[in-house]
This record gives sequence, C-alpha cells and structure tokens, in this order.
Amino acid sequence: METGLETAGSAGVSPAHDAGGTPALPGKTPLLEADNIRRHFRVRRSGWFGASATLKAVDGVSFQVAPGRTLSLVGESGCGKSTTARLALGLLPLSGGAVRFAGEPVGATYDAAWRLQRQRLQLVFQDTMGALDRRIAVGRQIIEPLEIHGIGSPAEQRAQGMALLDAVGLKPHVFDRYPHELSGGQRQRVVLARALILKPQLIACDEPIAALDVSIQAQVINLLIDLQERFNVAYLFISHDLKVVRQISHAVAVMYLGRIVEHGTPDRLFRQPEHPYTRALVSAIPVASPARARQRLLLSGDPPNPVDVPTGCAFHTRCPVAMPACRTQTPELRALPDGHRVACHLAHGDAGLPATEAA
Amino acid sequence: MPLIEIRDLVVDFDTGKRVVRALHGIDLALERGESLGLVGESGCGKSVTWLAALGLLGPRARVQGDVRLEGMPLLGADARQLERVRGRRIAMIFQDPTSSLNPVHRIGTQLAEALVLHRGMNDRSAWTEARRLLDRVGIANAAQRLNDYPHQLSGGMNQRVMIAMALAGEPDVLIADEPTTALDATIQAQILDLLRSLRDDGGMALVLISHDLGVVAENCQRIAVMYCGRIVETATVADLFAHPAHPYTRGLLAALPEMEGPVRRLEPIPGSVPEPWNLPPGCAFEPRCLHARGECRTSMPTPRRVAAGHSAACVRFGALVSDQAPQGTRLREVA
Repeated sequence: METGLETAGSAGVSPAHDAGGTPALPGKTPLLEADNIRRHFRVRRSGWFGASATLKAVDGVSFQVAPGRTLSLVGESGCGKSTTARLALGLLPLSGGAVRFAGEPVGATYDAAWRLQRQRLQLVFQDTMGALDRRIAVGRQIIEPLEIHGIGSPAEQRAQGMALLDAVGLKPHVFDRYPHELSGGQRQRVVLARALILKPQLIACDEPIAALDVSIQAQVINLLIDLQERFNVAYLFISHDLKVVRQISHAVAVMYLGRIVEHGTPDRLFRQPEHPYTRALVSAIPVASPARARQRLLLSGDPPNPVDVPTGCAFHTRCPVAMPACRTQTPELRALPDGHRVACHLAHGDAGLPATEAA
Repeated sequence: MPLIEIRDLVVDFDTGKRVVRALHGIDLALERGESLGLVGESGCGKSVTWLAALGLLGPRARVQGDVRLEGMPLLGADARQLERVRGRRIAMIFQDPTSSLNPVHRIGTQLAEALVLHRGMNDRSAWTEARRLLDRVGIANAAQRLNDYPHQLSGGMNQRVMIAMALAGEPDVLIADEPTTALDATIQAQILDLLRSLRDDGGMALVLISHDLGVVAENCQRIAVMYCGRIVETATVADLFAHPAHPYTRGLLAALPEMEGPVRRLEPIPGSVPEPWNLPPGCAFEPRCLHARGECRTSMPTPRRVAAGHSAACVRFGALVSDQAPQGTRLREVA
C-alpha cells in the first residue's frame, strides 16, 4: 500500500506544479515557517453605528514546523490559535507578515498554485459530523480528494482508500457506511484518512480529540503518533488540553491574546514554565492522583477583550507578579540561555528596568 | 440515615421505536456534607441518575426504584412536594450556564426571583440578598452586575451567577453536572476553587458529575465510576486511584496522559462503548475487557466488597488488584 500511495503522489504532480517551485526539501529548511504573521479584523465597538475598532486576532506570531514533527499551539479560547493555523495554511488572508511552506509562499490566493498546495497542507477539525457529508458513504468521502485532483483510476482510488482505512485502524466494511452509523472516534479516523490520502506533508489538527470520550481519546492520540511515524507528516496541533499536548508534541507555543508568550520543548515548558501565564495554565490542570496535590496558581478575572488589549504586556492585568514596567513596555519573545523562548520582563531579569528607561 | 439514598433506580426511555434502558439499577447514598464524584463517559447515565431522582426527565422516561431525601420518598411525590425540594433542598447546575439563564432578564431579576420563590423574601430584601450572593461567588462590582444581562458576562461569570442562583435556596446538596466543561482552563480552576470553598464553609453536600478523572480526584472525597447505566466501582478517592479494582477504572486511568515523568505510550481501552439497546448479555464491559472469562459473558456481576467502603462489580477483581499497575512503553525520556 505504501507504493500505491507513492504512485498517487507523483501522479498528482501536474505541469503547473513543476513550474510553481521545488517541492523537494533541502535537509534543514523548516517545512512550514511563519514570520511575524498578523491578522487584524475591523469590528464595531457596539451596535451598527458604534465606532470601529481593530481586533488583533493574531499580532506578530513567528514559528517553524520541521518535517515530520509536531508543533502545538495552546491557549484559551480567543487567544488566536485557530486563526494562526488558518493563516499558516493560506485559508485566511494575512494582514502582515509572511508564511512559507517548503520554501514557497503561502497566501489565501485561491489560484492554481494555491490549489496544488492544498494537496500538501490539510486541516482536521473537532466536529467530525460537520466535516463529513452525511449523505455520502465515508469511503467515497475519503477518496474524494483524489477525484478532485484527478489522481489515479477509480480502481486505484478505491484501493488507496481501503489502504488508508486500514492505516487508521478501521475495517474494510466501514468504506460503505454513512457518517451517522459510526461512533465519534471512528468518524475522526475517517477524517484523518481523508486528510492523509493526498500524502500531505503537514496536517493542521484543530482540537481533533476534544469531542471524544476519554477512552477513545487515547486511541486517537496513539493513532496520530503512529501515522506521523509511518507517513512522516508534520502536525500543527491546536489544543487547550495540555496533557494531550505534552503527549504528542515536539515543540509547544503558548498563546495569549494573539501573541506567543512562551515557546519551547514540552518537557522544558511543562516542567519549568517561565511565563506567569504558562505557570497558571499548567497549575490549573486537574491531576488524577490525589497524592500529588500541587500548589495552584489562580488567576483573577477573565482574559481581556481582544479589542482592548492592555498596553505593555497584555497579561499584566491578570499577572500576579507584574511590575510597573510591564504596564508600558511590551516584552519581546526572546531566548533564554538554554534556548527556551519567553516573552516576560521578569523571566529575562529585566526586573530593575524602570518604566522610563526605554521610553 | 444518609441525606439522599437511591435504591435500585431503573430508567427506561421510550424512543417511539423501542424502549431503551438507560439505568440498570443504581444504588447510591450521599451523606450530609459529603462530596461525591460521578465519573463516566458520555451516555453512561451519570446525569440521568440525578435528573431521574429529581423528576426532571419528562414523560418519555419510565422511572422505577426508590429515591429518598432524609427518608422522604421523591419518586412519585406530587408536584408541590417536589417544588419544595428542587432548588430548595437540592440544587443543580449544568454545563452551559448561558443557556440556563434567561437572555432577556437581568441577572439580578433572575436571582431575586429564586430568592422570592425559595426563601419567601420581598423584592427589596431579595435584591440585597442577590447582591450578597454575587459577592459570595466572587463577582466584582456585584451591585452593578445585577443590572447586566447574561450576554454581557463571560462564560465563567455566568457559571458563577448559576452557582449564586443555586445557593439562593440554601440547599443541602448541590449537584454540579459538568460545571466547568465549557470553560477555559484558568476559569475552570477558579470555579472549582469556588465550589470547594462553598462546601468547606457551608456544610453543603456536593455531587460533581464529570468525565474528567482529574476534576473529581481533586474535588471529591468519594467517587462512583459508571459504565453503561451501572455503577461499576465506588471507593474513596485515595483508594480508587491507589487500588483501582474494576478493569474499566484501571483502563480509564491507563488511558490518561500524565503531566509528570516520562511520556509513555497511552494504553487505550480497545473498542467503543456499546449502544444502550445493544448491550452484551453478561458484563457490559466484557467485550472490551482484557481480563474477561467465560462467566463474564453470561452473568452480570453484582457489586463485591474490595475493602471497607470500596466495592467493584467485577468477578475478576481479586486477580487484578494484586497486579502491578499497568506500565506503558516509554515514548520519550524527560531531560
């Protein structure tokens, strides 16, 4: 079946694609690279005639995803993690910055090059019932991307669909079933099979297991890890569940109000979080072992309205250790000596920094 | 006498096409001031148990068994009796606070209504008490917030309002059905902290219904694990996590990713939960159980005593408890 997929991949390379650039990757180039990307929305403050304001959903985010690796974006609702993923996949126009995938620019251009890029960039959502068409048998939906891109004969398409069904741990008879006949876990497997059929190099997974039951979550987490090993696919993984993120990631970026506030390996980030927000997030996880009760760092209040992001460090209104400088100066995401990156004055030892010095 | 005693509670739903049994005989007792966690996957009956006990299931449900509040039977009680219990003695809050609140009435009006109803207050004193309750649940500027509508508050704030409303009747027990599932992590921590402090200084019993073992482990004294409409294991929190006896409980624990130590490959429970109209003839967990024997396929195990205050509905638990806790393969060492 591996060879079957290989054939499909090369069959998919059309003349337009050859002209578009080099799909082959040099060894060390990141697969996906976001450079200071921004997405601003114009919104009304109140009602139809209220003053307009700018909502900075994503405000200067940079990251890289290496081939076959997983970068997780974590944060609370409204922090911009899903918007970041849509920008990175070229599904939403950028307000600023640039995204490159395998050396080629990514943008919401909707032209022939963009459509070809779809083959290599896929997206998986939380709501599987919404992602699948309930009137079409799931097998047809799995091979539909091959039909759209005109890859292979119908017999080859079906064979590939069957092979992927097997790869995601479903029995062959599921091919002719309809979405409502499957459980939530099975549907998420179908969605993954469909995302994989074009042999993508990267899949953005937006809360792929949040809607599943505990015992099924573990099955899908293991499946995601196995599929990554087998197909060398990279994941841009979006989740609010830090336990799952720790399990699956090679790198983690914590977002707060449209910016990355901390970035590092999961071991470093969860063992010794530097940013006060990350510390609060980590300490908020309920742990299923009463013997290991930990000190809980409770934040007061809710995240601020993203239309009115506080000046200076956006977190200073809820931060238990904020200093005067935090109110005026926005901390940059900078590396500590060990390479771990954090955007916090305190973590970088700027504690003595008077608010006036840089002003 | 326990505060609430549930005996052999059976619930059938008439779907029009068939009659589906959702609860297969629940036995549960809740002591005064106790905190009980009810854990299980979706559809296991953890919410239905309490909706049935309070007569909130509607005409399509057939409820049998016995539910007593300090000896007073609740099943079959007339509407007037139940009205004196619901909200007054037993309050309930749900997952989505925004849909539990009326969008066209002010927070204060809705709170005051509960106070007038349950405590017989007049409008003026109800408004004052509503303000005190909002203060109690940690809402800043309570006096101004009383004039707000639900859409003006965040999800976490609305859940605080729901808790304030539940406290309005000064109930003996608060049943919180997935109270933090729709909330963000830092807000969940705030709400759980609030529930804990209310229980600590009010002497109110708490039933916490959750799919999250971590949430109940940190907030309850005793846990009941449910599977397919039955309680399969009950124990104190410490016992349950140190010596899980039922294979389902053990499976749930092994399937959870850890936050500390090396990252291990998770051990999922194979298969999926059977449909309630298609249960196996014996133990409902048998098709997914790694330890099942012939007898598991034919007869339904009854709860057996594991230790004092610890019981499990499994014929094989004796062989399991002595086993080492399952250890997964290591995926990655911690630096």
